[in-house]
Amino acid sequence: MYNFTPYSALTGGIIIGCSVVLYFYTTGRLAGISGIFANALTSKTNKTSNLLFLLGLVIGPLGYFFLSSAPVKFEITNSYILIIIAGFLVGLGTRMGGGCTSGHGICGISRFSFRSIVATITFIITGVITVFILQQFGIYL
Amino acid sequence: MSEKLFSLLSGIIFGVGLVISGMTNPEKVIGFLSITHNWDASLIFVMGGAILVFAPFFYLMKNKETSSLGFKINLPQKKDLDKKILIGSSLFGVGWGLVGLCPGPAVSSIALFQPITLIFLIAMLVGVLANKYF
Repeated sequence: MYNFTPYSALTGGIIIGCSVVLYFYTTGRLAGISGIFANALTSKTNKTSNLLFLLGLVIGPLGYFFLSSAPVKFEITNSYILIIIAGFLVGLGTRMGGGCTSGHGICGISRFSFRSIVATITFIITGVITVFILQQFGIYL
Repeated sequence: MSEKLFSLLSGIIFGVGLVISGMTNPEKVIGFLSITHNWDASLIFVMGGAILVFAPFFYLMKNKETSSLGFKINLPQKKDLDKKILIGSSLFGVGWGLVGLCPGPAVSSIALFQPITLIFLIAMLVGVLANKYF
């Protein structure tokens, strides 16, 4: 398997799980990032808390990069058109569908929510199809 | 006050987890979605690890009415599938597959000072606002 990093993936996943536990235990809310992002920027409910969560999402990695010497990899398309279309679809799709990889994928599956399980399978399938089509056009190898 | 502090702390821990998991690198996400060529299954371990921690905790807490700080436990009430969740999740998957960014890593990658992710986040906000018209 190519580029496969199960240990760091599992470690990171467990840390993310601890964050979801802490957030739910203290605030009573599920840590779905698309909802936190949307509410932080477009709603007055829990605005400060949501903005602080987003700030944490940036500070955490910043601190980690500062303290660790591990190289940071970030490989993304350089097509601005693709970026803009993708960003728009992620914003629209997660709000229409009520969640993203964290809200449906992690929180929802943990709750055995039927809606979230179907949502997660759906976005993985359309994601796989999208990558497959892009590969046929020579974008992504 | 402490609710805000714990929100910040949760965000910090979540962000560190994302970086360690490798999911802040869009290439890893594309690798997961590329099942027919050089498949990278790492993302399953990220989601699996998080679920492994949260699922038993949620099971223990699910009959509580308030959180430790006294806030009402807030859970989605909808149980049945509808058109919106299927269409919305489909659109999200297409956007996710186009560049390999979902909302968490998109926000966290601000820490990498890549202008391209700021453009993604602005487009994402436009998408969020556009949902009002559907």
